[in-house]
Amino acid sequence: MVDATPHAEQGIPPAETPELELYHPRGWWTTYVFSQDAKVIAIQYSGTALAIGLVALVLSWLMRLQLGFPGTFDFITPEAYYQFMTMHGMIMVIYLLTALFLGGFGNYLIPLMVGARDMVFPYVNMLSYWIYLLAVLVLVASFFAPGGPTGAGWTLYPPQVILSGTPGGQGAGIVLMLVSLILFIIGFTMGGLNYVVTVIQGRTRGMTLMRMPLTVWGIFTATVMALLAFPALFVACVMMLFDRLLGTSFFMPALVEMGELMSYGGGSPILFQHLFWFFGHPEVYIVALPAFGIVSDLISTHARKNIFGYRMMVWAIVIIGALSFVVWAHHMYVSGMHPWFGFFFATTTLIIAIPTAIKVYNWVLTLWRGDIHLTLPMLFALAFIVTFVNGGLTGLFLGNVVVDVPLSDTMFVVAHFHMVMGVAPVLVVFGAIYHWYPKITGRMLNEAMGQFHFWVTFVGAYAIFFPMHYVGLVGVPRRYPELGDVAFATDSVHSLNAFITIAALTVGFAQMVFLFNLVWSLRNGREAGGNPWRATSLEWQTPTTPPPHGNWGAERPVVYRWAYDYSVPGAPEDFIAQNDPGSRHRGAV
Amino acid sequence: MAVALILVLVVVGSILFHILSPWWWSPIASNWGYIDQTLIITFWITGAVFSAVVLFMAYCVFRFRHREGIKADYNPENKKLESWLTAVTAVGVAAMLAPGLYVWSQFITVPDDATEVEVVGQQWQWNYRLPGEDGRLGKSDNRLVTYENPLGIDPDDPYGQDDVVIEAADLHLPIDKPVKMLLRSIDVLHDFYVPEFRAKMDMVPGTVTYFWFTPTRTGTFEVLCAELCGTGHGYMRGIVMVDTEEDYQAWLDGQTTFARLSAPPKVGAMDAVEP
Ligand code: HEM
Ligand SMILES: [Cu+2]
Ligand SMILES: [Cu+2]
Repeated sequence: MVDATPHAEQGIPPAETPELELYHPRGWWTTYVFSQDAKVIAIQYSGTALAIGLVALVLSWLMRLQLGFPGTFDFITPEAYYQFMTMHGMIMVIYLLTALFLGGFGNYLIPLMVGARDMVFPYVNMLSYWIYLLAVLVLVASFFAPGGPTGAGWTLYPPQVILSGTPGGQGAGIVLMLVSLILFIIGFTMGGLNYVVTVIQGRTRGMTLMRMPLTVWGIFTATVMALLAFPALFVACVMMLFDRLLGTSFFMPALVEMGELMSYGGGSPILFQHLFWFFGHPEVYIVALPAFGIVSDLISTHARKNIFGYRMMVWAIVIIGALSFVVWAHHMYVSGMHPWFGFFFATTTLIIAIPTAIKVYNWVLTLWRGDIHLTLPMLFALAFIVTFVNGGLTGLFLGNVVVDVPLSDTMFVVAHFHMVMGVAPVLVVFGAIYHWYPKITGRMLNEAMGQFHFWVTFVGAYAIFFPMHYVGLVGVPRRYPELGDVAFATDSVHSLNAFITIAALTVGFAQMVFLFNLVWSLRNGREAGGNPWRATSLEWQTPTTPPPHGNWGAERPVVYRWAYDYSVPGAPEDFIAQNDPGSRHRGAV
Repeated sequence: MAVALILVLVVVGSILFHILSPWWWSPIASNWGYIDQTLIITFWITGAVFSAVVLFMAYCVFRFRHREGIKADYNPENKKLESWLTAVTAVGVAAMLAPGLYVWSQFITVPDDATEVEVVGQQWQWNYRLPGEDGRLGKSDNRLVTYENPLGIDPDDPYGQDDVVIEAADLHLPIDKPVKMLLRSIDVLHDFYVPEFRAKMDMVPGTVTYFWFTPTRTGTFEVLCAELCGTGHGYMRGIVMVDTEEDYQAWLDGQTTFARLSAPPKVGAMDAVEP
């Protein structure tokens, strides 16, 4: 394949680089296990993320059982509740969603969508997955450690996180959690550098930045953000490990625990909160931006219409990414930081609403005068918009500093972030899986099971989290295993909680149908062909499906147009693939 | 068709739920009615946007669903429409932010006549300290906490001697007097939260945080801890009673000062009274 350049010209480097011996699989092990093929790594990442995500899902049932029917389940002690809650939150945010969007979709889609043969550093890419797997195993180990996993909440706020009043604080739980996070970040950095460099350096001929599908833009920007945000969490974890194991006092002031003066002194618990949220807020967008990108492509493809305002969409992604580094302290309005910060962070936070709203407008305007096919990916995309708009709007309550004062740390917050960064991105994950499964496996997912899965998940999730806002408005705090009898909440709040629990169990059950569908359709799904959705972007134009190692056969594709040439007037079909030379003057951008 | 209908139902259902729901905040018992009002404004604006976006989607799904022989439009962008939408959004955001920031500036400006009340959090109970006759709280430090001095009050500070110490009991406040709650913790983070007062703030060991409010209604209110503080967090409850001035004085007279708490027991005193 050395120099298979289609249009070699002076001064332009060849489209193909020389082959590397090291990189090709030589047997079963290097094909399926220690593979350096981004697509195999993507599937490994996704499988691991879904498996650990299943654990988090089961933990959410246990929490809901306790909240809906307090006192019924003896084994859910307050300690256990806090451990379930912490592990649920951490797994969902980091080990499921971050790993799935970047490690899973990033690995599968980036090289294919930009017309590369693979990631630029395949070996490091492989290491990235194995370190991620190790991080997951360490996390799982903490369930079996003496004292159990940490129950400090996914925010891991000191001082309680390393004290004996918190489950796992003086045991191995917190140490394993911190080690696992540190490993995760190391593994992620290896993968993340790959995604960024591949987008910058690995694009095929003609694939200018402004021709890239929004999926790639979303994943790319999210990865850049993650590379800037995770280091803050990394140092916070290291410092906390020192506080816990070596007796330093980075985050620990002088304090008396259970009547005894501890040897700590002089540290600042608020410093940890700043480090955590400097990571934590961008993290929300690290999960959201890939979802934004993917959902744009799903809507465009299934509405047979170009995404409305593509350039605005790209800029909105980049601006949201940048702004999200100056809003972190909106999580700390009632933390006791200097109250003047409230003015600054409320303003920046509400400003982010503007580019975010633009994205929403452009999604729904893409539907306008479209040719809407209500396929499963489209249904999930629509459901995403509903839940994302809902959750985004309640963010305006919590971002507006003084309105946050009564609501912070209540169930309103839990409802808000589940809607916006739990349900909404997960709906995109599902939509994306229904959309790309045919490319990955060559077969369609079963439609009937998919419809059942969609309706139960969408309506059910809305029924869980919409009423939950009102539980918070009543004043019920979050992270309470039971409310008990209080004057400010009537008995009906308890019935509402029971209803929410039943909805949660129902939604949980529907996910089993989805997992079954994933396996069942591998053999029994309808044959998909190479481009079942008649989509324009490059991954649908591979010579064989599923694409083999190296993706493109003899020659990499050359790109002539953007990814959104749907329903172009005068064109014979309602889509023109990106690598279709067509008549040159017609392509937009 | 079904999809469009369900989208409409989501909007109608959400609005009906909002209107009919018996679940709403408890009647306010402080001066922070402004916060409630800002929240209501936010509800109106966001509710309108939510309904508009989802109904628009429902219309598109209904009107532009796939039909044989009909092609989608091709229009990459529309500068004018995009600028308009951006401007309208900016106005809506400003309409929420402006009252929000205005009320926030009131929230952080403590009136001069506010009396100080200290709350001291500890796993998992609430303690309080009142300034006593001199109107000033004595210095304190977590390093001074002992069994006899649970709040770590500095015994060498004369201002501290007359401070009233309330350990693990109810707090009383006089009605209509602004109070500045000074918040302290001797172990981990806690958060002093009374739903009816609307205000809350974390308590951080090593520093003193604060918020202020004026109780406007007599009654008994529950205190809940609103910052995860370990296993007992969900059970860290307390009581605040808002009293009329007379009731408050009567309660205050029955409280113990720091000086009396820390006075060494008089050796032999018991013998002296014995016959
Ligand atoms: C149907 C699915 C889900 C249900 C029923 C559910 C339920 C819950 C419950 C009951 C809590 C504890 C609330 C409390 O006591 O404060 C919780 C916390 C949390 N959940 Fe979920 N959850 C679900 C999905 C998700 C997803 C997809 C995410 C991903 C972002 C997520 C992220 C979190 C986080 C970050 C916390 C906070 C943990 C903490 O307070 O430390 N959850 N969830
Ligand atoms: Cu944030
Ligand atoms: Cu607490």
